[in-house]
Formats: sequence, structure tokens, C-alpha cells
Amino acid sequence: MFPALWISKTGLDAMQTDISVISNNLANASTIGFKKSRAVFEDLLYQNVRQPGSQSSQNTTLPSGLMLGTGVQITGTQKSFNQGTIQVTQNALDMAINGTGFFEVLRPDGTSAYTRNGQFGLDQNGQIVTSGNGYVMQPAITIPNDATSVTIGSDGSVSVMQAGSAAPSIVGNIQIIGFANPMGLQPNGENLYLETTASGSPTTGTPGLAGVGTLLSGALESSNVSVVEELVGLIETQRSYEMNAKVISAVDDMLSYVNQAL
Amino acid sequence: MDKGVYLLMSGARESMHAQARVANNLANASTTGFRADLHNFRSMASVGDGLQSRVFVQSERPGYNLGEGGLMTTGNPLDIAIKGEGWITVQRPDGSEAYTRAGDLRIDVNGILENGRGFQIMGDNGPISVPPVEKIQIGPDGTITILPVGAPKTAVQILDRIKLVNPVAGNLQKGTDGLFESIYGDIAIADGSVSLVTEALEGSNVNAISELTDMIALSRQFELKAKFMKNFKDLGDKTDALMRVS
Repeated sequence: MFPALWISKTGLDAMQTDISVISNNLANASTIGFKKSRAVFEDLLYQNVRQPGSQSSQNTTLPSGLMLGTGVQITGTQKSFNQGTIQVTQNALDMAINGTGFFEVLRPDGTSAYTRNGQFGLDQNGQIVTSGNGYVMQPAITIPNDATSVTIGSDGSVSVMQAGSAAPSIVGNIQIIGFANPMGLQPNGENLYLETTASGSPTTGTPGLAGVGTLLSGALESSNVSVVEELVGLIETQRSYEMNAKVISAVDDMLSYVNQAL
Repeated sequence: MDKGVYLLMSGARESMHAQARVANNLANASTTGFRADLHNFRSMASVGDGLQSRVFVQSERPGYNLGEGGLMTTGNPLDIAIKGEGWITVQRPDGSEAYTRAGDLRIDVNGILENGRGFQIMGDNGPISVPPVEKIQIGPDGTITILPVGAPKTAVQILDRIKLVNPVAGNLQKGTDGLFESIYGDIAIADGSVSLVTEALEGSNVNAISELTDMIALSRQFELKAKFMKNFKDLGDKTDALMRVS
């Protein structure tokens, strides 16, 4: 009935969604391997109330018509895969990818998921697993029980020193998975991403070769959220929200005035 | 009763239309590359025999605000903003060309470069198809350079150049999908003088203060018209009272 009310309602909806995106980014400001999202705003269709060039009288035409926009919507969120800063931890099983690419882990249902979180540990069988849910890294690498030290090279080779042996032995190679369009991956929580048709199929590569990043052992990649940027976004979004609410109350006042005066 | 109340009704209705424009501008205060709609009222005399004492009002959108929105640096290599005047050319689903200031680019499922709203970006030779790349960079003149996956670091190639145009401002209008198009339906030619800022986005150019001021002014005008409608009602009541046989 009153377009201004509904237009402002779309504004409130969109701003609220944007605040959810910002708050999720801020909540994950300390999550290892987290990649920030941003909301994509889009103006909705325009209604052609009066066509420009239509006749205003027999001999004259309107030089400009009236096109009313119908508001705004958030069409989606985009992940930013910018590099987070590298923190050195000295823990041999902590890994960070410097450059593009993901670690592949096996989920309990047998499908693969991809992560930038390099906090790995060992399970009871000596396999390298994610520290959260214990998903096995692919390809599976088993560290022998009697290993005295583990070293991971920048090319992904995992070598161990075993008791009674003078030379290290290589027990496996960590591989990094690349995607043509990482922005198309589906974030799945638990720091994991899933393959979609938009992301393209995974390509397996040796760290440092074929377009994927190098592996840094004893380091972690921190979240790429910039807290200052998010807070500035929060201020802007909050004020926009208030302004949209203000339009609603102004239109409400107009209508209530009409109801009282007439 | 005097028919003057209809004049006021047209005024109140058009004030409401104008308020919808304010609402739309404010709702898009965070839309990347959005251009605020302008607004004015036009008096429309009712032409006919006798004294022309009836002048109705009509609200119009004469155009859009050409001012620049603020630049926000994002650090994303696929984000571009236009410095000064100019437009990025995109393709509508029906194949026609349209222009936008929103440069939040991404690569879709088929490797086609598109913007955040899903419109394909036009290069010198139509839509731009991006092969799997290790690195992609957009230069200030819109030239896209890529390093294909697996290629040595020296094998940087020029992929295409984004078609940047700068038609005369008065020749553009906002279409119903929010993209800009030529009034005459012609296609703008690429303009080498348009330059880009990369790793940045242009915000909306809506001036929130002036919109809020407009909103207050429109509300008061609306109330004024409602008040005059009330006066007409009272006049009518008085006339009735005069005529009443007591």
C-alpha cells in the first residue's frame, strides 16, 4: 500500500543480514585459517510509475518519467581468500599454507573436505588428524610409535627420526589441493570447505609447485579478519539501519497525521 | 464541496512517491557503486475551458546523482573501482550492453568474469573467460594479466582488457534492473582515459544527511496538504450548515 514502508523494510532486512556477516567475522577473528566473508548488496528492480516521453497533453511530452526503486537485497556472501598472517608456533605438526590451496581431510561419511586450518595432531594409530574432530588428513600419513622427532619440509615431505636409526626416513608427502575458483567453495563450519560446481574440481599438487602455495611447518595461518575494518563496517551498517528505521517512523507519522486530521 | 481537495490529494500522493524515492536511496546506502536517484516535482495545469485554476503536481526522477561514492580498500585483487568519471561495461542476460560502477568481480563456474550481481564483464572482445590461474591482476587501465596454473613465473600473459567507457552523462539512464543504459539504445565505445583503482570498491554515493533532510521536508509538506484537506472538509461542513433549514 505504501511503498516507502516496504522499501525501508528491505533496507532493515539487508542491514541486519550484514550485521550477522560482520558479527560472524568478528567472532572468528581468532580462528586459525578462517577466511572472512562480505555481504553483496544489490538494488532491487525499479518500477516504472510514469514512462519518460509519455504525453503530458496533446502536444507535450514528459521529459523525465518517474521510476521508483523497490529497495535493496543481499544476494550472497563472498569469501575473501586473502592470506592471513603467519604465526610461528614451533609445533612440528602445525602447518600453514603460504599462498593458495587447502589441506584435504576425510570426513566420517567418506567425502573429502578442504581446510586452511593447519592445526594437526596424531590419533591413537599415529595418523595425522585435525585437532578438532580428528578427521584424517589425505593422503593418510602414519607417524611410527617410536619416532623421536617429526619434520615436515616445505615441499610436504614428512620425515621422522626413529630410535636406533641414524638417518631420517620419509613416511609420506603432504599434498595441497588447489581450486580454480576458491570463492565458489561452500563453507561448512569446523573450518572446512566443500567442493561445489562453482569451485571447480580439486587439483592435487605438491606444495610450492603447480600453482599452490608452499608449506610452512611449525607455523599457523591466523584469521584474515581485520578487526578495524569490521568495526568500521559495523558502524556504517548500524547507522544505515537507523536511517531506514527513521523513514519507517516518518511515514508512520505521516499516516497517523492523516488519520487524525481528516 | 469544492473539488480543490483533489489537488491536495494529488499533492499528498506525489509526496508519498517522493518519500519512496528517499526510502530507496537510504536502503541502498551500502550498495556497492549505487547512484542515488534525484527527484523533482512538476506542476501540471489541467487544460480546458474556463479559468485555469487547477494545477496538479507530478513527481519525477529527472536523473541520478553523478557524484562519486567513497573508496573502500579491500585488498581483494578482483575488486576494482573507477577513478573519477567512467563506467564498467557488463552484459545483460539478453546480450545487450549496460554500464555499472560496481566492480566487485568474481569468476563464475565456467570461468567467466562477472560482478557481484552476476552480470558478465565485457572485455574488448565480449565476455572474459579466465583459465585456471595462479595469480590474476587488473591494471589501472583495465588490462587483466594472469599467470596460468603450472606456468613458470615469467610466463605472465595479458588476457584481455575490461571495456571501460565514458559516455556523456546526459545520455545514460537507469534501467529497471539498476544498470545504466544509453537513452538512445546505442553502444558506448571504449575510452582509454578511464582509469581504475584496484583492490578497492566504490561505495554508494547516497548522501544520508540530505536524504534525511528531504524526508523531513516531505513529511511536513504531506502534513500541510492533509491539513488543507481538513480545511476543505470544514468549509464543506460550514456550507452544509448555512443551507440547513432550521
